[in-house]
Order: sequence, then structure tokens, then C-alpha cells
Amino acid sequence: MTKKQKKQLYRIIAAAALLAAGLLIGMGLPASSRTAASWRWAASTALYLAAYIAVGGSVLLKAASNIRRGHIFDENFLMAIATAGAICLGEYREGVAVMLFYQVGALFESVAVGRSRRSIADLMDIRPDHANIMVDGLWIEADPEEVPVGAEILVKPGERVPLDGTVSGGQSSLDVSSLTGEPKPRAVSAGSLVYSGCVNLDGAITVRVDKAYGQSTAARILDLVENAGAKKASMESFITRFARYYTPAVVACAACLAVLPPLLLPGAVFGDWVYRALTFLVISCPCALVISIPLSFFGGLGGASGRGVLVKGGNYLEALARAEIVVFDKTGTLTKGSFDVSEIAPIGLSEPELLELAALAECYSAHPIARSLREAHGKAPDTARVGEVRERAGFGVEAAIDGEAVYVGSKAFIEEKSGVAPGADMPDAAVHLARGNRYLGYIVVADQIKESAGAAIAGLKALGIKKTVMLTGDSGEAGGRVAARLGVDEVYAGLLPADKVDKVEGLMKEKSAKGKLVFVGDGVNDAPALARSDVGVAMGALGSEAAVEAADVVIMDDDPLRLVAAVKGAAGTVAIARQNTAFALGVKGLILLLGALGFAGMWAAVFADVGVAVLAVANAMRALR
Amino acid sequence: MKKVFPMEELDCANCAAKIEAAIGKLEGVESANVNFMTQKLTLVASDDLFDSILEQAKRIVKKIEPDCAILT
Repeated sequence: MTKKQKKQLYRIIAAAALLAAGLLIGMGLPASSRTAASWRWAASTALYLAAYIAVGGSVLLKAASNIRRGHIFDENFLMAIATAGAICLGEYREGVAVMLFYQVGALFESVAVGRSRRSIADLMDIRPDHANIMVDGLWIEADPEEVPVGAEILVKPGERVPLDGTVSGGQSSLDVSSLTGEPKPRAVSAGSLVYSGCVNLDGAITVRVDKAYGQSTAARILDLVENAGAKKASMESFITRFARYYTPAVVACAACLAVLPPLLLPGAVFGDWVYRALTFLVISCPCALVISIPLSFFGGLGGASGRGVLVKGGNYLEALARAEIVVFDKTGTLTKGSFDVSEIAPIGLSEPELLELAALAECYSAHPIARSLREAHGKAPDTARVGEVRERAGFGVEAAIDGEAVYVGSKAFIEEKSGVAPGADMPDAAVHLARGNRYLGYIVVADQIKESAGAAIAGLKALGIKKTVMLTGDSGEAGGRVAARLGVDEVYAGLLPADKVDKVEGLMKEKSAKGKLVFVGDGVNDAPALARSDVGVAMGALGSEAAVEAADVVIMDDDPLRLVAAVKGAAGTVAIARQNTAFALGVKGLILLLGALGFAGMWAAVFADVGVAVLAVANAMRALR
Repeated sequence: MKKVFPMEELDCANCAAKIEAAIGKLEGVESANVNFMTQKLTLVASDDLFDSILEQAKRIVKKIEPDCAILT
């Protein structure tokens, strides 16, 4: 509790004691004489008033100063009028008790808000406090902001990596959960990239700094998180707009309620109706409404970042919750973006033999496919066996191996060079081999599908996403195979980067009026599509500045399942915000009605105000999880 | 120019909304955003008026919530 909150607590305790004393004296044994009775009445009234001043003094002062500044529909003013009115009507106990309740509620609210602010701040506590740099042969602690690029820093076990860099010595494992939500530690050794914000677990490592603090991962994430609330959800703006009209409207009703029925209804007692009007004033306080919505969304943003998903604003949580179409860019999101040999189909020789021939022929090529063939082969190619090599970019390689001409490349290349045509049933998207004029078979080199990609597509379906689409620059056959394995509804292949935007625009027309289109890419060359969609999600963004800039939602690691978690979390957050709105409005409406009819007193009204606020805050905290 | 200012003792969500609305109406302000949860004011305003806008914003905050202040 802060100092201010403690002070408030003492005031509440003092007022409660005074109220209790007043009640004891006022309701004690029947008085023996008339003078004793009036003495007792005076004493208890004095105690009530003392209690009222103790607990409500600050409210009265604030109300007075706000009136001077011209803010009449201020919460303090409303409470002051309502309770002072009750006291004027002779309802001392009620006036004091209502003020007491109001203050207890306000204290609760303040503590709860403070607590949720802190718990979210803790969740995002990735700010490194120091970096160890070498000065005159000694490691000393320095401000990370002052460490230049290229400097060497020491990260001891238990310390947070202060700046992005490359490990230059030592090995260890890093806890990356605060960045990616991934609980498994990541092993690092010389040459590995490390990101600021991770915690070093085992061994001391030295790191050569690659980025200044401002450009480092931790600083960029903090910046993003701190600016996240700037984009408000439409529910948030709705409720603040609503509050602007709600309070004056209820106050106007209260005025009518105090004046009209006593004038119009025969037998109506003026005091009764004034009391009902005062009840209205208590209910008219808008804070319970206004506090619950931003808190829900803030909890949702905090919860998402705990799962390694950074959402840039409440509006994107709302949009994610309404996702109808999810469009994936294939490479880097559903697939790993690195090529691997997935099938070897030799004719007339063994699989390792075919792979070895391919690796030998491609031994000098820098093409990613060539590299993956060599990696699959696993051994350093015996270049002594390789004679002259000629590469035709985009088609294939012709190499003399053990004195014989070997052709490695596309179907057309093989047919042209060796004169034999691979069968029409052979896949187009494969590397074909021939020796002399004999066709030897093919090797399929494909982008590896991520392990969790299928589960992610299924998970999105289970959450009610109507359509999943995959866009790819690959050939139709290769794309189709990936799509079929993952269970994606539609696939568009052979697209140039510019075509992807057109496809996104076309798909935007297919969704319903309220539905949203989510585009998921790796942020490398799909920034236009990220921008054009309703929600642009960049995946595997750890260390990629461009992606963090362009996207609305940033998934820190490259696990597509996190998208499912993000959509689920967004839906949960919106549901909580809706519950809070409905609950706050419902309870207030009900108490207004009951109050007007005379069934609900100020007690109920105070509950409607602060009770609802406290419950809404508690509910909103669920969004964190 | 866009600047973010931390605020202290921002205790009431409705006041935050009122402060945001009032600062947003100042001349030269492109957008003003008060984040109740992070207690931050994000102000986007024209460069030459920025200092005077900030002064007015501080006065608005004092007026609406006397305990609250913009930290600069």
C-alpha cells in the first residue's frame, strides 16, 4: 500500500470506530429520563458527524474545489451531495455509512489497480540494469545505454543479457521465456546470437555487442509495450463516451425525481423522494464503468505478452477476437524457411549413392538447395572425383564425376542435356539426376513444415476461424502438397510479393461486415500485405526490426501455435470486457429502477458503484492469465 | 512531434478520460492519449506550440485531478 492508501485506511478505521461508538450510545438501554435521552442523542450525533468528517472530509474538500473550477458532475461532488443530503434528512447513520462504504470501495479499487499495474509491469520486466565491461583489465558495471557497438561484455549466471550481440566465449543456456514465452532454455556457445532481456542461467559468457541499447531487443519490446495502450479498443472509447452522457443524464433524472412526484402525486412525502433522488446521485458516478474496460484490455495485452505475443493495442485484440479469415505466407511461418531433403527416389542405384552424386555435382554451388543436398549427404565431398563443373543458374549443374557427365537439375534441363525425359509422373518440384544418357531418379528438396503448423491450423478452425489461406511463391505442386498436409482451405501458389497484396485485397471482400482478416508473415518481404490486412501478424520477430515495425501483432518466436493462443486470449479478453460492461451497466440500471421505486436505498447504490468496480477489476485480472 | 510523459497519482479512470479529452481539444494538438494503466500521456502536437501545449496540459491535469501530475 502506498502512503496515500495507508492514510485513507487509517481514516476509514477511525470513522468506523466513531460510527460504532455513536451506534452504541444512540441505541443503548432505554434512557431513564428525558434529559438523559437528549444528551445521548446529542452525543451520538456528534460522533456521527465526527465520523463523517473523518472519512469524508477529503471528498468534501475536493468537491468544493472542483465546483470552484466548474466541474459539477465530479464523483466527489456527487457523493458529497448525496451523503450530506442524507444527513440533512436526519439519516445520520446512513449518510456516514454510505460515505464509509464509498471510501472502502475506493481504497479497494486503488489497491487493486495498483496491484494489477505492478503485476503487468513485472511481467514485462525485461529491462537490463547493467552491463559488465572490461576497463583496465577489470570487469566493471556500466549503464547498458553507454556501451558502444563492438564492445565486449561479460554476462554472469543469473544476470540479464543487457544488449544484443554474439557470444564470443564460454557457453551457457539462456532463459528466453520473458521474450518468447518459450519455457525451454536455449543453449548458446561461441558464435550464437543472444538477445537482450534473456536471463543467463548456467555459465559466464562473453558477448560482443552488435546493437546499441536503443536498438536492442529489450528496448524495442519495452517501447512497444509501453505504447501499446495508445491504440484503444472501440469498447474503451465507447464507454468513455457513454460516461460523458451518463452522469449528467442520471443527475437530471435525480433532480426530476426530487421535485416532480411530490408536486404531482397526492400524498407523496417530499423527504422520501429527495432520498430516492440522492440514491440516484450515488449511482450516477461513472468510475466503475470507466475503469473496468481499459483494465480488461490492459490485462489482455499483458497476458499475451506473457505468452510471447506482443499486441500493439486493444483495438487489435478486438480485431483478433473477430478473426474470420487467416492468411499465411508459407515460407517462414508454416514452414521453417530452410530446405531439407524430404524424399530420395533412385532408379537403379541406392539412395546414398544418388545423394552422393548430387552432393558431388553441387559441391561448388552456393544455392540453398545445393547446400541442403550437401548437408543431407553429411560427408565432405571428395572433390578429387569432380572434374569440370558448369552451372546454369535456375536450371541445373553439369559436372564431370569420375570422368562421366552427370546432370543435376530441373526436368527440362535433364531432357535437354541427357536426351532422356523423366516420366511425366515424376514431380516437377524436385532435383532430377542423369548420368550420361541414363535417368537416375530424383531428390525432393522441400522447405520443412514446422512441427506445430498442422496443430495451429486445426486450433484456429476449432476457434471458429472460417477460412485459412496459404500464399506462396512456390510452384503450385509444392504449395499444394504443404497445404494438403496442413489442412489449409485454400492455397494460392506462384505469387510474386506484389501479388500477395492483391490476394489479401481480394480475400478482404469475402469476409463478413464485422469479420476481420489476419495476415501472418515473417515480415521479410510481406510488409505491404501486413499493412493491408486488418491485423498483420509478424512471426519469428525476435531480432527482426522491420517486422516489429510493420506488424500489429508480433509473435516473438516462430511457433505458429502462439497465434492460436493469441486469438484465444483475445477472444477471452473481449468476453471479459463485455461481461464487465454488461455487469456494470446491468447492476447500475437495476439499482436505478429499484431506487426510483423506493426499494433500493443508498447502501445498494454504493454497492452498485464501488462493489461493481472492485468485482470488475477482479474479473479483468483474469485476462492476464 | 510525439512525446510520451509519465504521470503520477492517476487514480481515477474517468479522470484519465476527461484529461485526455480536454488536452485533445487544445489548439495545435494532433492527438492526446492518456493511458490509465501505464500512467502515461502520449502527446502528438505541432513542434512550435509544443512547450506551451505542455504547460496548458499540466494545468488541465491539476484542474481535473489535483493530486495527479505530468512528470517532465
